[in-house]
Amino acid sequence: MNQIIDKVTEGQLKKDIPQFSSGDTVKVQLKITEGNKERLQDFVGIVIRRRGSGIQKTFTVRRVSFGVGMEKVFPLHSPSIEKIDVQRHGKVRRSRLYYLRQLSGKAARIKEDRHR
Amino acid sequence: MTVGLLGRKIGMTQIFDAERRVVPVTVIKAGPCIVIQKKTMGTDGYDSIQVGFEDMPERLVNKPMMGHFKTKGMSPKRTLREFRIKKLAEEYNVGDIINADIFKVGQRVNVIGITKGKGFAGVIKRHGFSGGKDTHGSMFHRAPGSIGQSSQPSRTLKGTKLPGRMGNKQNTVKNLRVVMVDAEQGILLVRGAVPGHKGVLLTIKSSV
Repeated sequence: MNQIIDKVTEGQLKKDIPQFSSGDTVKVQLKITEGNKERLQDFVGIVIRRRGSGIQKTFTVRRVSFGVGMEKVFPLHSPSIEKIDVQRHGKVRRSRLYYLRQLSGKAARIKEDRHR
Repeated sequence: MTVGLLGRKIGMTQIFDAERRVVPVTVIKAGPCIVIQKKTMGTDGYDSIQVGFEDMPERLVNKPMMGHFKTKGMSPKRTLREFRIKKLAEEYNVGDIINADIFKVGQRVNVIGITKGKGFAGVIKRHGFSGGKDTHGSMFHRAPGSIGQSSQPSRTLKGTKLPGRMGNKQNTVKNLRVVMVDAEQGILLVRGAVPGHKGVLLTIKSSV
């Protein structure tokens, strides 16, 4: 991208982001402000997409809770994200795991990739 | 009226604000502008300052313009613009440099530019007509429809919305919030979109 644009956003880019990709199970710790109190909220799920570049990079995490599928899109460099914890590397053959939306239960499992 | 600034659109990106929200911003390379000429009520019939933006190689400047720059002792500039000014005229002198620091973060600005040319566009794109159904036996799709009555008035009224050239004309976007000012680098960030393609010449003025 443009050098000037890079310079503008440079200061806001995080440098301590762990390596993860589609298929990985992550725990995202989110800063939530309620009134003037701040607390952390965890969102655990499978990364089904990473897209964008630079400061506009986002990733989508999918989880199924109480039988209801739920997806959240996080800006990777958002200051609201306290920490990203990679819990498990998954073995998948594509970068966009939209097929998981059609699956449930045992079929929606992803094999662990122990070599990463 | 206060003085404005000339700049070039660099492109759009996003940044996070203090409340950690995503803010869409346009990056503008703004200034520096140099005051070329002061016009006053006495000599010109109105008060304004003329500013120049971006240097231009001397071989490209025609003689009348070269004379204009020479008498002021300036190197030739690519773009000249005037800003109407009332009392502030005394504050600026020929040769003064105007930078992006005339704007403050949080201030509202108007941005003027030439929009992207869309070519010859139909009435749906150009004027937002609804058009007809595509299917269900419809024989009316994207045409403008009736453009007037019969024998009375026996002509199409002036100003009737019809197909034609769209875009590539001046447009102003008002009340954009200034998000960041870096006068040293000449970088100005405003919230939201501004007219035109990347590299377009923009005029930035205070909104009030």
